[in-house]
Amino acid sequence: MTGWLRRQRALADYTLAALARRRVKNAGLLLIYALVVFIVASATLFSSAIRKEAEIVLAEAPELIIQDLVMGRHAMISGELVEELVGIRGVSGVKGRLWGYFYDRVNGANYTLMVPLDETLVPARGEAIFGEALPRTRGLNWDKAPLFLSRFPGDLFRLNPAGRLESDSALVSADLILIGEEDFRSFFELPEGVYTDIAVSIRNSREIGTIVEKAGRLLPHARLITRDEISRTYQKLFSWREGIMVVLAGACVLAFAVFAAEKASGLSAEETREIGILKAIGWDTGDVIAMKLWEGGLISIGAFLLGTVLAYLHVFAFDAALFASVLKGWSVIYPDFALTPMIDGLQLSALFFLTVLPYTAATIVPIWRAATADPDQVMR
Amino acid sequence: MIQRTTIVFGLIAAGCAALALEALHARIMLRSEQARMAGSAELVRRAGLTDLALFTEARFARHPAMADLHTAFQDNPMSFEHFPSGTFAPRPASGFGRGALYFGAEEAVQ
Repeated sequence: MTGWLRRQRALADYTLAALARRRVKNAGLLLIYALVVFIVASATLFSSAIRKEAEIVLAEAPELIIQDLVMGRHAMISGELVEELVGIRGVSGVKGRLWGYFYDRVNGANYTLMVPLDETLVPARGEAIFGEALPRTRGLNWDKAPLFLSRFPGDLFRLNPAGRLESDSALVSADLILIGEEDFRSFFELPEGVYTDIAVSIRNSREIGTIVEKAGRLLPHARLITRDEISRTYQKLFSWREGIMVVLAGACVLAFAVFAAEKASGLSAEETREIGILKAIGWDTGDVIAMKLWEGGLISIGAFLLGTVLAYLHVFAFDAALFASVLKGWSVIYPDFALTPMIDGLQLSALFFLTVLPYTAATIVPIWRAATADPDQVMR
Repeated sequence: MIQRTTIVFGLIAAGCAALALEALHARIMLRSEQARMAGSAELVRRAGLTDLALFTEARFARHPAMADLHTAFQDNPMSFEHFPSGTFAPRPASGFGRGALYFGAEEAVQ
């Protein structure tokens, strides 16, 4: 065993000396390889972190949302339906949700005004709870500063702050203005008895399918959105985004593949001669292949480690600064959020096998061909 | 003199250690981050929220889960894209005019 180890170490030492002879070319290869791993790993780490975040946070969304559709578009829903839905067995609560948008001419941003479902969160008349981005973009620098919203020229609707939502929850609440029902209806001049949509709580999550079916029979024109669908919308959205990023990196990956294939498969005359000399002085085919395995392995493992370690730092310590606009998107009021650092072992292994193995394998085939040939023929 | 292999193996070991440290960092941060996410989830429950507040420009960007089914053309026939965030919507799964954020009957049953 010690003999085998010593032999491998000698082979690795020889490989490193050979790599050092073409220092610039190999350093360039390592850096480009690491860059490719870095881009793909950044996209993967970011997407899996935000997917996980969305999954955990939206797990508390209402089990079922019922929207009314008129001419194929979302319309206000009658409050009378609440009574009918309560009658469905397995439904533990039905509440009309009131939420809507307001475009603020002052900063060109859209806010979401909403009446919270939980009554203990509803502010008093004339007061509102603001999301994290709102005071920031409207310049409400002190806690007691009121917010004035202008719906049309000459109009001012005053909302005194009842509190601010913590920046920790910015991902779901950055543009929110939580107000009471009376304020909401007077702000949007909304009649009594209608709601934006209806939130249904279901006692046993295994019954959601049955309840959706019953509610669908009761309200054939309505659109029913389950919590599972909400969650899947975001899983799709961020998987798609990751895909875009990987496609953008595709050009880089392709260029690298051409470069690596050229480097790995097209043996230079110098390398072929080197193999010939090694065989002539007594190396056998196994030694030559082991030496090249070391070369491919050292370069690809080095690039993988460098790329992955830097990608983690990039995404979680520097907020994915290099590709933030591609990965996160942008908006007039964008939430200021941090992601939970996480490393998904499965994804990391997939990345490892997709980068390290093909390169190492690509170096072996041409070497095997050269190494099995007659030294005299190879050197010629 | 230190052998080349010692230096390179040392560097690879350092890389592995850095990766292990990052995994450890993620593990350590998990507890406080879980508390933060639980706080957000609590707000989602109490207010009855359904979407992430990432893109606020239009209803199909602010509430993609709640948006109408044919959002791309809903405001006027030429409105392919209003905002950069429109690029977040997946390409149609099949055929023309069917956004992939829509769930088909076979998916809704799951």
